[in-house]
Amino acid sequence: MTHNVKIASVAAFLAIVFIAVPVLISASGRTDLYYTLTSVALLSIASAGVWLTFYIGRINIGQGAYALMGGYVSAILVVTYGWSFWLTLPAAGLFCAAASVAIGLPILRLRGVYFAMVTLVLTEVARLLALALPVTNGAKGMVSIPLPGALSAFGLIIIPDFATLHNSRLAFYLLAAALMVACFAVVYRLVHSRIGKLCQSLQQNEELASSIGVNIAYLRVIAYAVSSFFGGVAGAIFAAISQSIYPSSFTVTDSVNFMLNCFLGGLGYVFGPMLGTLVLYFGWDLLFQTGQFQLLIYSTLMIVLMLFLPNGLLSLAATTRKKG
Amino acid sequence: MADLLEVSALTKRFGGLVAVNNVSFSVREKEILSVIGPNGAGKSTLFKLISSFLRPTSGQVRLKGERISDLAPHIAARKGVVRTFQETTIFKNMSVRENVIIAHHLRSTASLIGFFLGTSTAKADEAAFGASADDILELLGLSSLAGEIARNLPHGHLRALGIAIGLATNPSILLLDEPFAGMNHDETMRMVAMVKRLRELGLTILLVEHDMPAVMKISDRIVVLNFGEKIAEGTPAQIQNNDKVIEAYLGSEDEAIGL
Ligand SMILES: Nc1ncnc2c1ncn2[C@@H]1O[C@H](COP(=O)(O)OP(=O)(O)OP(=O)(O)O)[C@@H](O)[C@H]1O
Ligand SMILES: [Mg+2]
Repeated sequence: MTHNVKIASVAAFLAIVFIAVPVLISASGRTDLYYTLTSVALLSIASAGVWLTFYIGRINIGQGAYALMGGYVSAILVVTYGWSFWLTLPAAGLFCAAASVAIGLPILRLRGVYFAMVTLVLTEVARLLALALPVTNGAKGMVSIPLPGALSAFGLIIIPDFATLHNSRLAFYLLAAALMVACFAVVYRLVHSRIGKLCQSLQQNEELASSIGVNIAYLRVIAYAVSSFFGGVAGAIFAAISQSIYPSSFTVTDSVNFMLNCFLGGLGYVFGPMLGTLVLYFGWDLLFQTGQFQLLIYSTLMIVLMLFLPNGLLSLAATTRKKG
Repeated sequence: MADLLEVSALTKRFGGLVAVNNVSFSVREKEILSVIGPNGAGKSTLFKLISSFLRPTSGQVRLKGERISDLAPHIAARKGVVRTFQETTIFKNMSVRENVIIAHHLRSTASLIGFFLGTSTAKADEAAFGASADDILELLGLSSLAGEIARNLPHGHLRALGIAIGLATNPSILLLDEPFAGMNHDETMRMVAMVKRLRELGLTILLVEHDMPAVMKISDRIVVLNFGEKIAEGTPAQIQNNDKVIEAYLGSEDEAIGL
């Protein structure tokens, strides 16, 4: 793509997300769609994190653990310690990143199915911890979390108190969308800088990478920390929207879905997880009308897609562009 | 000439098997030293020990007097000891040029954050790596294949790419594990000339090879391993007339050591 085409597509995307969607929703009166799209944005942030671990050659089925952790960190800081939500957002991300460094150092040595299994267990461990720890309030979870307050700097109010807004759904949508754009911009930049090439070198041959002087352990941990940061902030906003968090807010199913989003969109494309999340989320909803067959049809479609489009939905766009 | 690398009493056990047994020798600066020996003699293991991919059971390796055994491989690489692999080892989904560019990693002056932000240092690094990669590809006769995805290369060129990757790290000593394996006569002779060029450019080269005519042609000195032990060391002429060496190779083929 040429530079101008790139800028134009980014501008078009931003216009759709921040202008067209709100305008269309308010025109049609379907404000429930805000919640749906906010969820898609947040889930795609968590999925982008999973995508990043795929990028260093690791199958990550543990993002649910970090989403849950992020949700609890934010909730506890707001409810128990009276922090502003806006401070807990980066705090939740950083907490998850730090935890993932401690967890990642030993487990990132594992490869393939072994790493995948450990991360799967991680999600379950996170749930059990949330049940057991005194600070998380056990099975009752954390409820009636106040809505995000005002964010001000130098006496200027940058973001108003969500509780005073008559349309906090729109505010959450804008917050989630803005964060999604920021996260994907970070991933895009990572992938298109030398760091991306270094990550690819890990994915393709770790032994050779270390023989050319790449500190593979360090790079793996960095990528995993960024990935978990994404999971943490996504979880924190989820807790703020639903004003609650429970041990079962993010489960193994969510972890698997984050991974499927990446597969579906395409592991070779930065924006794969975003498209994958959108399609999966709406696809699942559409299939709701098929009643008891929902899961059957859904699974069959997933299998067919993976067989015929192993490189994800975006590979369709890539091949038509090449032909055209 | 001064000793660049010193291997002393190096031993590696795998369970009950002693793959490398009390091996000592030294490598002089700008020397081409070959390690030969029958299959399973411990040659690759020796290379992995020298490049810190394996930790020795006992003994040590010193580079310019500094102990380099027990380091992580990427640190050994940073100190200038880099090995190529016996198996063809490349980044298969990158282009040939990208393979060589990424291998310049050790020469980066910008930090990871710098590369993320695209600072001017990072941009200067990228430009320098690109130019240097082009030089290396030229040197190894790979220029015309620069844009090719590495996994599509024919075998002979893959070997050359492996060496190009090693060169890009700017090593002071390059360990080549069977660089001529699977090459025909012409390709081997081109590669021999190539390795000699590298030495002229100031590199010290340690190589493992089964192709005896090539070894005899290329080496300043040869170390012979058998069952993990060093059984001989000397110039090609000395090795060809060494009784122990002849005995070690008897039962395989007589022409194996170029007799
Ligand atoms: N990681 C390992 N674990 C156990 N045994 C090993 C390991 N690596 C090598 N060995 C054994 O050590 C011995 C020496 O192996 P090495 O690969 O060093 O031989 P080599 O001289 O390079 O042989 P070749 O000429 O076939 O490449 C062999 O018997 C091999 O089976
Ligand atoms: Mg070997």
